[in-house]
Amino acid sequence: MQRIDNMAGLGKEYNVGEVIFRQGDAGNCMFVIQDGEVEVIAEANGREYPLRTLGPNDFFGEMALFEKEIRTATARATKPTRLLSIDKKNFLGGIHEDPSLAFRVVKTMSHRIRDLTDRLARYE
Amino acid sequence: MVEGLELLTGKAPKPQRGQANALRDGSRIAVIGAGPAGSMFSYFLLSMAETIGLELDVEIFEPRRFCHRGPAGCNHCGGIVSESLVQRLATEGIRLPDCVVQRGMESYTLHMDVGDVEIATPLMEKRIAAVYRGNGPRSSEPLETHSFDGYLLDLAQEKGARLIPSLVSDVQREDDRMTVICADNSRTVYDLVVVATGINSRLVETLETGTAEFARPERTKTFICEFKLGRDLIRETFGPSMHVFLLDIPRLEFAALIPKGDYVTLCLLGDDIDENLIDQFFAAPEVRERFPGGEIPPHACHCYPRINTRSARPVYGDRLVFIGDSGSTRLFKDGIGAAYRTSKAAAKTVVFHGVSAQAFHDHYAPLCRKISNDNQVGKLVFNVASLVQKARFARRGILQMTAHEQQQEEGPRRMSGVLWDLFSGSASYTNVFLRTLHPAYVGNLLWNLISANVRGDRTAGKSRSERGADHVHH
Repeated sequence: MQRIDNMAGLGKEYNVGEVIFRQGDAGNCMFVIQDGEVEVIAEANGREYPLRTLGPNDFFGEMALFEKEIRTATARATKPTRLLSIDKKNFLGGIHEDPSLAFRVVKTMSHRIRDLTDRLARYE
Repeated sequence: MVEGLELLTGKAPKPQRGQANALRDGSRIAVIGAGPAGSMFSYFLLSMAETIGLELDVEIFEPRRFCHRGPAGCNHCGGIVSESLVQRLATEGIRLPDCVVQRGMESYTLHMDVGDVEIATPLMEKRIAAVYRGNGPRSSEPLETHSFDGYLLDLAQEKGARLIPSLVSDVQREDDRMTVICADNSRTVYDLVVVATGINSRLVETLETGTAEFARPERTKTFICEFKLGRDLIRETFGPSMHVFLLDIPRLEFAALIPKGDYVTLCLLGDDIDENLIDQFFAAPEVRERFPGGEIPPHACHCYPRINTRSARPVYGDRLVFIGDSGSTRLFKDGIGAAYRTSKAAAKTVVFHGVSAQAFHDHYAPLCRKISNDNQVGKLVFNVASLVQKARFARRGILQMTAHEQQQEEGPRRMSGVLWDLFSGSASYTNVFLRTLHPAYVGNLLWNLISANVRGDRTAGKSRSERGADHVHH
């Protein structure tokens, strides 16, 4: 058996600890994790608050596709990671032709709102 | 044997309203063919049915085994998943793993007699996937890799579709249901039949025979072959780039060398590609330069598959629909993308609107018409490209304009974008055509045509290898 070529994978590679985008950055794409792990962190008063850890096939940065193009959190690779970016133009163009394309994104965003609501309730 | 359009499609020329035959729990669906269209249709159908709590019984007929290397497992295709489709699939949650992607590509390199230029993605990110539809060329080494078609079929099976490894020889309408007849003469009744066999199958010919109104897609012959060069040489020579050739060879519309693991796939598209045209292509210095020592090596395997040049008519009937290449696909480019779009549109129609001819007419046919109309614009675009192939002064201007854009850090890349979308099939032909009418594009092109040819005339008489300044690499 031959090994898989290391040029085979799709996307762009990020090293451990590398910041993919920072809270407050301008953004016009979301990312789908091809391989590796990413942590999403909110930054406030000089402190970092971990929001979630994501793995292969998870996506993040989707809010920039729907509303103001400012990142609301920081994303950082916690393992050697490969990410595929999804353009705003491609995403919205796809939804225009086929609205069901947004279903998975909406479903995941719904789960995330539910998760944040639960955490907020526990905090209060 | 099918005896007429009404027997086959069960449809009058103009479908009547109120015939929506909705599927129910336990409805049986036959999908004939497990290429990308058949597997994606099954995947999306079962996903959508699950969402609304509908239990369907989906069977996929496919005699081919995609784990085989060579023709036995291959679906005879260049194997490019376009940038836009890679993104759409990722959005759908369909990730193409490393074992399926033979090479991720981040650029196109355009080769012409006046020079070469590499057109890169702005982010230098690998968003184009080179895949094998089967499990690699004939006599290739076993790899830890997976066929693209096999991977999609696995996804469909994970959703609940069942694989029937039989060859379908005919489809008939009996008592308002569809009967699928296999080569072993077994007959099974279904509530819906989905034809996704591609156009290189006998079934589509059988369905056309004896029917005055059903016409299979019009086709033209192409050429695909595989060269074994070894991955180190390929990495060094081809890099993460697809190499496209714009050469003055009559009837040749598109030529590309696609690096994949240990092999490079050559794909020639045009008007009935034959051996004479292939010989002319291999004799071109721009092509020979890509290979070690300027010699074209023997190929590991080759085929002359046919591709659509015009959609089937009609592409639907009561309880019957044609998807992917069997129905409607894009001219020359992004056939896998068209398979995705038609399969999903057909699945949505079936789940949410029923399986009547009227439902397909209202909710599936518009997409097929849109693809067909865009192909008409595509023919115009390729005619313009043919003129460029014949006009050296135009090639000089295009090379210079593209090279200048690629050297700029910022600013619009109009020519690069047009070429990128034309090569990759990432945008519709209509979109590409409209962008070439933009005043800034036209003005910039005119300026580059003049300046490149004033400069080009000064270097006239030099051999290709001597024109170092025209040979643009980044």
